[in-house]
Amino acid sequence: MKQLVVLSGKGGTGKTSIAAALSHLANDNGGGKSIVLADADVDAANLELILSPRDTKVEEFWGGQIAEIDQRLCAQCGECLLVCRFEAIRETKEGYAVDPISCEGCAACYYVCPSDAISLKEQIAGTWSRSDSPLGPLFHAALRPAQENSGKLVALLKQHARLRALDDDRDLLIVDGPPGIGCPVISAVSGADMALIVVEPSKAGVHDMHRIMETTDHFGVASVVCINKTDLSIEGSEEIEAYCRYKEIQIVGAIPFDSEIPRAMAQGQSVITFRPDGPASRAIRKMWRRIVDLLCGSDE
Amino acid sequence: MILTIASGKGGTGKTTIATSLALAIADESPLYLDCDVEAPNAHIFLKPTFDQSRAVTLPIPVVDGGRCDGCGRCAEVCQYHAIVVIGAKVLVFPELCHGCGSCTLQCPHTAIEEVPYRLGMLEAGLSKEGIRFARGILDIGQPMAVPIIRALQRWHPFGEMETIIRDAPPGVSCPVVETMSGADFVLLVTEPTPFGLHDLRLAVQLTSELGVPAGVVVNRDGIGDQRVDEYCQSADIPILIRIPFDDRIGRALACGKNLVEAFPEYLPRFRDLYTDICDRIIEREAVR
Repeated sequence: MKQLVVLSGKGGTGKTSIAAALSHLANDNGGGKSIVLADADVDAANLELILSPRDTKVEEFWGGQIAEIDQRLCAQCGECLLVCRFEAIRETKEGYAVDPISCEGCAACYYVCPSDAISLKEQIAGTWSRSDSPLGPLFHAALRPAQENSGKLVALLKQHARLRALDDDRDLLIVDGPPGIGCPVISAVSGADMALIVVEPSKAGVHDMHRIMETTDHFGVASVVCINKTDLSIEGSEEIEAYCRYKEIQIVGAIPFDSEIPRAMAQGQSVITFRPDGPASRAIRKMWRRIVDLLCGSDE
Repeated sequence: MILTIASGKGGTGKTTIATSLALAIADESPLYLDCDVEAPNAHIFLKPTFDQSRAVTLPIPVVDGGRCDGCGRCAEVCQYHAIVVIGAKVLVFPELCHGCGSCTLQCPHTAIEEVPYRLGMLEAGLSKEGIRFARGILDIGQPMAVPIIRALQRWHPFGEMETIIRDAPPGVSCPVVETMSGADFVLLVTEPTPFGLHDLRLAVQLTSELGVPAGVVVNRDGIGDQRVDEYCQSADIPILIRIPFDDRIGRALACGKNLVEAFPEYLPRFRDLYTDICDRIIEREAVR
């Protein structure tokens, strides 16, 4: 079983649309691959919107803890306020109180409180789900707004997705990654066999491509690049090509802007089923064959 | 006044809107904070000359082997598993440490000292229009964006500022919370697609949890359907400006041109947007 993670650095370059399109191609009759899907953008999970998941089983995600002060036991000594580095302890009319949004659950206050007035309460930080979809099992999650631990949730989600792929003897785990380069991205990258980096040929897209490539490099994961909306800027596309040549990174796909992609998305569909012979679909099909060769070529 | 520009979904145009707004009110010398420290892009459009910088560090523990007897108290109190005791050896994992200082406080042998560990950096400078610009940059391989954003917001490289525009990262988790908290108003940029709508709902949920008033920007208007409009109406959230879907805008932005620079006809519309937001903030204060 191989693991492919789709990343971009910059948001909105088309990670989810491309991950969904590749999943359709994996399920095509000719030369298909059996897959499991994981949506690692747990802040804003969108893959489920175009995959028609069913039989969804939802589990709670307990992540992180928050301090709580019992006013009946509190002696108002203020030790907690002194040790908290996150400005999470507030002086109120009713006594000291914890601001749940600032609290990082470090328990420094719990250990210094001489009156045992502080306890730590585990928080439900979100949910994670497993569903069946026409394209394969889908693992997705929803972090509750304002919660921490997105990296932990991504790691948990991927662990379940991986086990499922191994149990069913599937060929490929496709992980739709989050934007950025921080904690959830690092979780999404870990253990991947290949990162597909979706880049838009804009100044901002190229800037963020450098950051995500340095990140995948840092964690020792091989990258390949897909240029999306190639016609947005010819110079931008050339800059990406030059950089990839210099870094010896393969460009596996170049997808022209195709108004059928947003139109398909508005219908809750992938462009592959919506307009199978359109320019975007043709380019994605070509890219899929290259990815399969690179990822699975050695097993066949 | 602190105005945060956010969105649940990435790539909806936060930076486009925030930089346009900053340029429209440049004569007020606003402070622009690029809080998307994982993928900062606003400098591409505002082109400041950076002349101030500083590192952002976290205090992490270092154990004095001479004093430590391997009792394991530090590992017991660390909630992040950032310090581990194996036999008499103490290992510190800096990427997991939140810098809370609990291990230092709890060590019975005062064997722990804290040293700065670099997470990233801050930079600041002026744009030619007079916008005071500052940004944070997370170092490659570092997981935690929040301490960088927090440090950026407390930096004040230009002294105390009246008008602050914060350009947020995508999503709705802790880095976004840090960027929204303390704001007087949040502008949520979305696009009229199912993805845009889904993530807008989450962002609205977050602003209401934080008790910050919000308004919506519909970007790439016409690309999808009417559901964002219907949702805003039913949730009673005002749509303050619409930017049509237009190839020419996308191409100009791709070259690093700002929206109001490429299409000056938008300047008065962004000035009106700013006035509209100020009026809403004043009105809300009056009601209070």
